[in-house]
This record gives sequence, structure tokens and C-alpha cells, in this order.
Amino acid sequence: MVEVQSISKSYGLKAVVDNVSVNIQKSKITSFIGPNGAGKSTLLSIISRLMSADTGEVLIDGQKIKETKNRDLAKKIAILKQSNHLSLRLSVRDLVSFGRFPYSQGKLTKEDQVYIDEAIRYMELEDLQDRYLDQLSGGQKQRAFIAMTIAQDTEYILLDEPLNNLDMKHSVQIMKVLRKLADDLGKTILIVIHDINFASVYSDYIVALKDGKIEAQGTVNEIITSLTLKQVYGMDMSIQEINNQKICVYFS
Amino acid sequence: MREKSKLIILIVLAAAFIAGYMFIELGPNWDYALPRRAEKIAAICLTGTVIAVATLLFQTVTNNRILTPSIIGLDSLYMLVQTTLVFFLGSTSLTVMNKQVNFAISIGFMVVFALILYRLLFRREGQSIYFLLLLGLIFGTFFGSFTSFMQVLIDPNEFQIIQDRMFASFNNIQTEVLIMAAIITAAALLYLMKFVKYLDVLSLGKETAINLGVDYDYTVKRLLVIISILISVATALVGPITFLGLLVVNVAYEMFKTYKHSVLIFASALVSVVALAGGQILVEHVFTFSTQLSVIINFVGGVYFIYLLLRESKK
Repeated sequence: MVEVQSISKSYGLKAVVDNVSVNIQKSKITSFIGPNGAGKSTLLSIISRLMSADTGEVLIDGQKIKETKNRDLAKKIAILKQSNHLSLRLSVRDLVSFGRFPYSQGKLTKEDQVYIDEAIRYMELEDLQDRYLDQLSGGQKQRAFIAMTIAQDTEYILLDEPLNNLDMKHSVQIMKVLRKLADDLGKTILIVIHDINFASVYSDYIVALKDGKIEAQGTVNEIITSLTLKQVYGMDMSIQEINNQKICVYFS
Repeated sequence: MREKSKLIILIVLAAAFIAGYMFIELGPNWDYALPRRAEKIAAICLTGTVIAVATLLFQTVTNNRILTPSIIGLDSLYMLVQTTLVFFLGSTSLTVMNKQVNFAISIGFMVVFALILYRLLFRREGQSIYFLLLLGLIFGTFFGSFTSFMQVLIDPNEFQIIQDRMFASFNNIQTEVLIMAAIITAAALLYLMKFVKYLDVLSLGKETAINLGVDYDYTVKRLLVIISILISVATALVGPITFLGLLVVNVAYEMFKTYKHSVLIFASALVSVVALAGGQILVEHVFTFSTQLSVIINFVGGVYFIYLLLRESKK
């Protein structure tokens, strides 16, 4: 379990994350939603130790991340941020292989190769694995980076807007993979996501942030209500039930 | 293995140029000429390797392929130290003073300065590496202006002595300090071995590196110290010559088209030795000392730099 205990982080005088506490359930998909500037990405960065909080603690399986060795953390938790432009000449397979670094420290073993193959298969990148990253479309690149985090074989996978710049087909494909990772392999997945319908359909829990504070948290059914969403986004949405899934209609 | 065969070609080429330098027009007094030539070519190889490795590391740490470590102002600091010595002690200090002492002073100042700069950078967590570059740039300009200020004040004859030091020259390498330089370089490279495995990961950027379990601040700090030691050695040996690094590292990248630093380190060092040894043969036997190797390097390097900029802007 990931326990976030009263985390605060401010830039200058502005508190970006303000005394946030939240527990993330194991083997579930938890989505962080909220308007721009709500502190979602910052919170994710703090949980994944890319940034340090001003105050508060993050515990992973009961261990404070500040007191855990970075290399050990890399076997427990993987983070993928939104912008991933690389000027390196790297093939998809090379990139995915980097996911094994915490284990092999650069010298790939047979076991590593198995994990790499698996991750490539999982993201359906077999045909692309020898292509160079600069020859790929945005969606393919994103899938390659996600494959790297899968190869890292961590219990916790954190993704910062994984659907950014993707069309519906690839977005659905990625969310389905995440679902499979949670359901079949028991991975715990945290995502920051903008499209609330993707959050509603594919996640188990939703944490809604606003102005650096948690506005609401709970299961999908508890959060995807007109009332809660109005509090979070400040706009009226009607919630329709289609095929047992709650869909927000926010085009007014 | 295409990488291996390319490396072998480079090794053969480097060996051929070194041999060429040693034996072309050796003349009858070979017992006098050979040891001197050997000393010089050793210094050239050492400088080439040091510059290439330092630049490669610097570009990896900054994730930028058109930067050279000269941006943190070490070259200018070297000139400032030399000028200050002449300013206060007179030009005889440079000629009379024990070369080893001068070398030690220069390196000492450069490394201490680099350490202070890094202390400033890493005092606050999460500071961008570009902050370091900016600081270095400002300090470099400051050192440069201060140097010119002192140079205008001193006796023109004394200025001539400094001028000698202002341009990298392979014709008057400080061979007296060669052994000392070699030992320092060996120590720095040995220490670098510990971090080589992290370099590939670092080139993926800060966030990915942390994600993959690299202690980013710790590693980058140590790498920067190694870089400044290497640059200091090269500068004290032949003068400001970091432009060479930009040239050879990019040639190595183009030749090998790889991200693997285990290959790139050797490749760029070899390219560097080939360029310097070949260039020095040109200078001595084709131009018969009418020009300097550093002039050729800066010319070729400058053209290549503009080409790089144009190509990057097209992307």
C-alpha cells in the first residue's frame, strides 16, 4: 500500500500540494483527476520521489521512501512522466531494456530478456521493436515508454497523463493494458488523467484534487456524480449510464 | 560486430598516425629526436583522451550535444590564474617558477572553483543543471574581463609571455608536468569506472534516471568533479582547447550511432587522438609550423558547430 501522509509542497508562496493525505489500495487502478494546476502531477512526482515534499511522508509498504535506497525503490515503483522526447538514437527494444537497469545494472541476463520480450508483447510492439524511437508516432512512442515501465516489473506503476496526445483507439488500448496489469498481475496503478470518462470507465478509485487539496476520494460510483464533479470542476455535468458505465456529458 | 570493427579501424588509424609522427623525417640524429617526439606525442594522446572523455561526460550529464565543458568557465579561470601570477610576480615567475608548481596551482584553482560552483548548485534540491551552466557562464565572463583588465595594466613584454599561454599550443606542451598529468588523469578515469554503468541511463534524462534507481545528485556531482579535473589537466597541459571535445564527441556519435557509453568513451578518445596526431603531422610536415594545430581545430570545429546548429534547427 502507498500511504501519503500530510504532504505539502509550495513554490514560493503558492502551495501546490496542501496537506494531502491519501491511501492507495493495492492491485487497483487509482485515477487522480482535477482541473489544471490542481497539483496532480506534483503529487505524483512526490509519491515517486522525483520531487521531495516540504513536509509530510510517503510510505510504500510501510517504508518511508526518504529512507529507502533509490535502487531498491526502482524495483518497487515505476514512474512515467508526460514529456519524453529523447534525442538519443535508441531502438524500441533498447528503451524497454533500460527498464531492467535496477536489476541488472546494465548487464542484461537471460532472465532480463524474458521480461523485455514479455513487456514488448504486452504493449504489442513486436513488429516495432527494432525501429528507432525517432521513427515512431506519438502513440507508438508512448507505448514503448510504458513497455519500459512494465519491464521494470514493479508492484506500483505511476503514469502522468499516459493518454496525452493519443487517439481514442490507442487510449483505449493503453487503458485496457493497465486494467490487465491490475487484474491479472496484481499491479497497483496510479494515473493522472484528464479525460474523466476514461477515469470513470477504467479505474477502481478516483481521487479528485482541487487547488492542491483533496476535494473528494472514493470509488468510481461515489465520485462520478454531478454534485461532486461540480465541486471539483465548477461546471455542470450530466451523468448518463450507458452499458453500466457512467459517462459524463459536459458539452453544454 | 560492426562496432568492434569500427573501433579496430580507429585504433589502427591512431597507431599509424602516432607511428607516422614518430618516424617521418626522423633524420640521422634519431637518438635525440625520438625521445622528444615520444614525449610530445604522449602529451597529445593524453590531452586528446582527456578532452574527449570530459566532453562526452558533460554532454551526457547536461543531455545536450552542442555544449562543451568550457561553458562552466574553467578555461577563463586558467587564464586568470596565469595572468595573476604574471601580474603580481612578473613574467619570470612563469619561466623561472617550477613548472610542476604552476601546474599544481592551476589545477588546484580550477578544481576548487568547480567544487564551489557545484556546492552552490546542489545546496538546494531540485535545481536545474542549466542553472549551473548559467552561473558558470557568468563566472567565465567575469574571469575573462578581469583577465583583460590585468593584461592591459601590465608591461607589454610581460603580456607577450601570457599571450603564449592564451592559445592552446601543441608545439610548446608542458612536457615537464606530463607524468603528474598522467597520474591525475589515471586516477580520475579509475574513479570514473565506478560510474560508467550509470551513463547510459543518465542520457535518458533526470527523471528517467531517478526512476531507474540512479542516485542522481550523488552521481552527477561526482561526474562533474571528474569532468573538471580532466578539463583542468588538459588546459594546464596545452591551454584552452575544449572546442576539440565538441568536434570529436560528435564525430564519435555520428560514426557509431549508438547510445552505449562503454563504446562511446573509447570511440571519442580514439577519434580525438587520430585528429590531434594527424593534425600535428600536418602542422609539422605540410605547413612546416606556419600555423598552429589549435587554429586548424578551431576552424574545423567552428564549421562543424555551425553545421550542427543548422541541422538541429531543421528538426
